[in-house]
Amino acid sequence: MSEDEAQRVRERVDAVYRADSRRVLATLIRLLGDFDLAEEALHDAFTAAVERWARDGVPANPRAWLVSTGRFKAIDTLRRRARFDASLAELAGHLAADTDDAAGSDDEDVGDDRLRLIFTCCHPALPPDAQVALTLREVCGLTTEEIARAFLTAPPTLAQRIVRAKTKIRVARIPYDVPSRADLPERLDAVLRVVYLVFNEGYSASSGASLTRHDLCGEAIRLGRLLVELLPEPEVMGLLALMLLHESRRAARTSPAGELVLLDEQDRSLWNRDQIAEGSALVERALSLRRFGPYTLQAAIAAVHAEARSVAATDWAQIVGLYDVLARADPSPVVELNRAVAVAMRDGPLAGLGLIDAILARGDLAEYHLAHAARADMCRRLGRTAEARGSYERALGLTRQEPERRFIERRLGELPD
Amino acid sequence: MKYLCLVYGEEEKMGAMSDGECLAFGDGIRKSGHHLAAEALQPVQTATTVRVRHGKVTVTDGPFAETKEQLAGFYLIDARDLNDAIQVASNIPPARVGSVEVRPIRELEHP
Repeated sequence: MSEDEAQRVRERVDAVYRADSRRVLATLIRLLGDFDLAEEALHDAFTAAVERWARDGVPANPRAWLVSTGRFKAIDTLRRRARFDASLAELAGHLAADTDDAAGSDDEDVGDDRLRLIFTCCHPALPPDAQVALTLREVCGLTTEEIARAFLTAPPTLAQRIVRAKTKIRVARIPYDVPSRADLPERLDAVLRVVYLVFNEGYSASSGASLTRHDLCGEAIRLGRLLVELLPEPEVMGLLALMLLHESRRAARTSPAGELVLLDEQDRSLWNRDQIAEGSALVERALSLRRFGPYTLQAAIAAVHAEARSVAATDWAQIVGLYDVLARADPSPVVELNRAVAVAMRDGPLAGLGLIDAILARGDLAEYHLAHAARADMCRRLGRTAEARGSYERALGLTRQEPERRFIERRLGELPD
Repeated sequence: MKYLCLVYGEEEKMGAMSDGECLAFGDGIRKSGHHLAAEALQPVQTATTVRVRHGKVTVTDGPFAETKEQLAGFYLIDARDLNDAIQVASNIPPARVGSVEVRPIRELEHP
């Protein structure tokens, strides 16, 4: 075979890897019953592909070939290790005898395997930070280093977290299953929480100099798309819509100098109209299915903003109405705060201030910098400069992000003396 | 696979549970084949803790540690996997007021 042909085969293998390696892994985990064994088998299968496809041509069904090859490689691996551990010989025997491959040639089986993988990685018996790390590693295919960097964690710490999670899956026997209908709502909640956490981590770093790390946003959206494809439930659509609508504003959210630009000052021509269209369509689909929840409602609110040409043209009454429904579905002080901001836009800052003061008087959100920043803004609009200053200073003491600090300092500087 | 379900709870709250309910639960898991062993424990004030250090035996009154929730009983169960074990644990009556720790059994290895 010529060097050219060899190169083409390698490129084809790379393409298959990029498109299908996660699917093959999900099926191998089911067949082999072990994450590490499956990862080794995946690696061996792709290594074999480079050599064999060059010799025999690319197979008609590359995925099925890879699953089958990975399985046989794993049996070989187990037999080699069985010389030191008798129990592995038994396992190898089981795998060899189990000829019912379900080797992923059937798309529905493959879909189920990917769901199995997601639900297992997000099992509530695993610590939340491990759910996130494991999902990014196994479902998204990020390396340990990439995940560590994205979450500002030391790679050995993250590696240890993943090792412990895989150990728990094995030792406590967390099953590689899609949850039953009865368990699905709660288990799906856990998955959506992980995905949204990844997105939020990327959207606004919890501390540090830069406001967005969009690699994580991209991964979360990819995960969201996969979930909508496999499990088209309203809240899954709602979450994807919410992420797309947030992401659509990324270019407008920071100035070229890296300064924070709030919604009411953003250049809306920089908003990504494709993402807005996709997000809005998903919101409509989700709302029509009726069993929607907080993600869908938050997305609906974001969609109202996205469709408005300007702050003034925004349908604030509709937004307040949506917050009313959201507050019933998710009665949290933060939702209340966001509703107060919308009320201020609809009815004026005095109305909004009253609502925020009620929240703070209860003792809620006392340490939440955005509550004080919102209060300061309303005082500013009412001309209550001293109170505005006090609240901005309180917010400043509580925020840990550089761009947000600078923004509040700027607002403080803009107050009349 | 074997799991131990350790039932913890504050004793006043546990006192409100009826024995009848717990016995009924026990019958249920015998029928389902999950039950291997189960016992309720006398209150924590009847506990005694034994330690041996440097060959010296120390006996003290009370549980090994003062905790808000105390060990009230256990169920040793045979379950298909962790989800099955969680399902069983969630039906233990005191789970409504206390906590149930579910731990997989480790088979000791012969040298």
